[in-house]
Amino acid sequence: MAFAGRRDVPEPPDFGILKRLARDQLIYLLEQLPGKKDLFIEADLMSPLDRIANVSILKHEVDKLYKVESRPALSTSDQFCFLVRPRIKTMRYIADIVNADKMSGRSRKYKIIFSPQKFYACEMVLEEEGVFGDVTCDEWSFYLLPLDEDIISMELPEFFRDYFLEGDHRWINSVARALQLLNSLYGPFGKAYGIGRCAKMSYELWRDLEEESEGDGQGRKPEIGNIFLMDRDTDYVTALCSQVVYEGLVDDTFRIKCGSVDFGPDVTSSDKSIKVLLNAQDKVFSQIRNEHFSSVFGFLSQKSRNLQAQYDRRRGMDIKQMKNFVSQELKGLKQEHRLLSLHIGACESIMKKKTKQDFQEMIKAEHSLLEGVDVRESTSFIEEHIDRQVSPIESLRLMCLLSITENGLIPKDYRSLKTQYLQSYGPEHLLTFHNLKRVGLLTEQAAGETLTAVESKVSKLVTDRAAGKITDAFNSLARKSNFRAISKKLGLIPRVDGEYDLKMPRDMAYVFSGAYVPLSCKIIEQVLERRGWLGLEEVVRLLNGNEFSVSDSAVEDNPAWESQRVVLAVFLGGCTFSEIAALRFLGKERGCKFIFLTTAITNSARMMEAMIEAKA
Amino acid sequence: MSRARADEEEYWHSSKFRAFTFDDEDDELSQLKESKRAVNSLRDIVDDDDDDLERVSWSGEPVGRRNKLPSFQSLSDALSDTGVKNYAPELRRPKAEYKDYSSDWSPKDTVRRMQRGKVCSLERFRSLQDKLVLLDEAVAGHDGNVITAVLIFLKRTLRREILFRELEVRQVALCHLIHFLKEAGEQKLLLDLLRFLDRTEEVALSQYREHLNIQDVEKRREFLKGCIGLPFSAEDTSHIQDHYTLLERQIIIEANDRHLETAGQSEVFRKYPRKASILNMPLVTTLFYSCFYHYTEAEGTFSSPTNLKKTFKIPDKQYVLTALAARAKLRAWNDVDALFTTKNWLGYTKKKAPIGFHRVVEILQRNNAPVQVLQEYVRLVEDVEMRLNLATKYKCHDVVIETYKDLKDRIQLTAYKCKVERGSAEEEKINSILNNM
Repeated sequence: MAFAGRRDVPEPPDFGILKRLARDQLIYLLEQLPGKKDLFIEADLMSPLDRIANVSILKHEVDKLYKVESRPALSTSDQFCFLVRPRIKTMRYIADIVNADKMSGRSRKYKIIFSPQKFYACEMVLEEEGVFGDVTCDEWSFYLLPLDEDIISMELPEFFRDYFLEGDHRWINSVARALQLLNSLYGPFGKAYGIGRCAKMSYELWRDLEEESEGDGQGRKPEIGNIFLMDRDTDYVTALCSQVVYEGLVDDTFRIKCGSVDFGPDVTSSDKSIKVLLNAQDKVFSQIRNEHFSSVFGFLSQKSRNLQAQYDRRRGMDIKQMKNFVSQELKGLKQEHRLLSLHIGACESIMKKKTKQDFQEMIKAEHSLLEGVDVRESTSFIEEHIDRQVSPIESLRLMCLLSITENGLIPKDYRSLKTQYLQSYGPEHLLTFHNLKRVGLLTEQAAGETLTAVESKVSKLVTDRAAGKITDAFNSLARKSNFRAISKKLGLIPRVDGEYDLKMPRDMAYVFSGAYVPLSCKIIEQVLERRGWLGLEEVVRLLNGNEFSVSDSAVEDNPAWESQRVVLAVFLGGCTFSEIAALRFLGKERGCKFIFLTTAITNSARMMEAMIEAKA
Repeated sequence: MSRARADEEEYWHSSKFRAFTFDDEDDELSQLKESKRAVNSLRDIVDDDDDDLERVSWSGEPVGRRNKLPSFQSLSDALSDTGVKNYAPELRRPKAEYKDYSSDWSPKDTVRRMQRGKVCSLERFRSLQDKLVLLDEAVAGHDGNVITAVLIFLKRTLRREILFRELEVRQVALCHLIHFLKEAGEQKLLLDLLRFLDRTEEVALSQYREHLNIQDVEKRREFLKGCIGLPFSAEDTSHIQDHYTLLERQIIIEANDRHLETAGQSEVFRKYPRKASILNMPLVTTLFYSCFYHYTEAEGTFSSPTNLKKTFKIPDKQYVLTALAARAKLRAWNDVDALFTTKNWLGYTKKKAPIGFHRVVEILQRNNAPVQVLQEYVRLVEDVEMRLNLATKYKCHDVVIETYKDLKDRIQLTAYKCKVERGSAEEEKINSILNNM
């Protein structure tokens, strides 16, 4: 099993095949509309597409390329192909194009390729708009994008809002199909664990799909033996914290998109922006990505000195040696030099931005909130943050962190912070507050009796129908976070004597400067260690249940297999780079390998932005 | 990243409105052939619904035959390829296992088929009982796409009150319908549903939300006026009222100031032309604007800071922070001074602030206040350590020296001598203190 105390970490499976599958299927789909055609691509699909195919591959199939939602350009092409997410808004856009053509008597062929799947509601819109039958529909089952050797993303950032805010289960099927594909390629997964309603539903739907597939893969030697599914709402706290490991900081500061980042002129110290792929192939990045920011500088300067020394070696060389040097080493050195200067530039830029924002003070307030001390001080820090209009997203984040760690704000604070927020950042954020309350990220403490008691008393007195309404009214309030109690039970705040050595971390808390062990990762650690939830009953109760642990008896359980020490960690609603770093650390400590499957890479800003109402 | 690749990326991302054309030079034909071969072997993943010879929309009408494309014959090759057979196992089932689409699938089978993307008629679910069993099966199947599909069918075939009544006890399905109505923009039906459910606050919020889509400010103001009477909580009602009042004010201020600016009479507008309109800005931004352009105006005018403060009950702390930032930006140090000066009943003046003086220092410093101004406020920072830090950081020598004097810290004072200029007044001061200590 995972934590057998072995130190050699298994190699991750090769996920390159996922890219090839997606690419080949896309080309096949495009070939289904033979001849020259114009391709309209949804903006959200551009970056994922970039990761698996480049323009030259599409070149043979496509004449001109447009972005969906831009005004349709005058095109003479006889065939239009739309590569889109299944959204009603996009359907109307396409229907408008088709109907405009019809009006002007133009005949064209239209094909819509939905990724990752088609929704019935979309077809309904096409039908309503009178263009069903004028367009043909297809699905591009592009569920899985490998971002790195151990990270696979479904690139569905909207999953978070759709499921957790709107209560829409539309993506559960996509998750189940993604699991089915991974299971067929790298499984069978012998052991499955999970926590959360969505995790449970996804697991059930996946098993349902598997049952029909006649148990292929039985007796095959798996590459991934364990799977752990977790809902994002099991642990909002971790996702709300400021990230301080390098990769997380880069994401918080510059936004990593599909595994690549745009470093602007302030980083490149030229007038150009550079797009950089951040993954294990980057020899500099791969060594600092999981490090606490404070140790990154030292590493980079050491690296620069080494590089200098290698360059200097050429001084004493004769012609032959020099020739060797130039042909064999110089290219590598130059590449390393380029990467080094980029990451040094990024560090400088991060430092500059962070010192401007009172980063120290903010981290201090965050740590106090996590620990549950000096709550008043932190509250007034947040208040001032709002009053000074520092940043609407950061202010929201801090309020949410306060709310979750304190099980809701006391009514007086809630009112006053909300009022000040609306005054500072705009009254329309009234809608944002309502959304945050609904998902349970920012709530008001209820006075008096605990809600569940009131609720059960009330429902005994009134009819079912009325009780339904009342239950519903209580629903949003009843979702308590219980963070303090969970934190105590699991020991999330390390007791440290003296300094926490961030260069030689001893636990996962290093990803938050030694102040806090990410809850999500701690749960995974505990469950894998116990091979189930036994002994964690109290924690499970505080997390609102929905835990499961299933062994597939049909799958051969051979402890000698490396797959037993490979765990697929599935984050439904997003996963942060801090969590990835923490579990990579845990894996190294315990001799196992974590593979991450997430609906999207997330961070606090993305989560907050998902709660803001935008105009239609 | 190679140059060519970088160019390609740029090319890719720069497609905004204009289309671009690929030139026809063929250099990767061989690669394509390879892809084709790979694709052919993958046919069974791609094309998993070949059993539907005739396609039927899920609402039941046949929509015509699907074009079978030339590659059809290779399907059998793909099927015999055992290496990939586990991708689409259902293809290998004998066709006989599939019933005709028109025959009666059980509700459960119907849901299962729909989950797998198959076209399925729902028309035969006619009794309410059947419809509800179908809906409950869809919910139990955990696939939101199917739940919504069934709901669209129910919405079309049931009177809304009956649908609403049944959804009230089916929370998951209800969420799906609400989300669908939001996305489809069926606002009227959505409001009816929310009203039926007695979710009055959501009715109000959902209506208020529409203001985001109104561009014209006059129309927006009118709309917001109408929102005031909506059934918000008492607390939110006052926020909505404020929203309306704020926009009303902004419209007046904007009209006046645009006039002032074009007339060119006002010095502050000439020296600092406005960068953007004040319309639809938050209250604090409006206050900043008013402190910047209209600081000295009497309370009677809509654009005066005091009027804003009073109308919107802006707390002292917020007011002072904003006024300070605005006046410091204009380098109006006298105004800054007046902001913190209070007189007691004996006529003595005293400096007081509702925010920490370290904040005041920070804001002044950010606006490049001269040392003379800065040190006056550094001196007022209560915490000694913080005061020393700030004073040292911003070179307020007098404050550093006096603080060390008060602390009777000879060592630090002596050490500080090297931080000040030789022969300066500060050095002299240090020497004289050291002599008298």
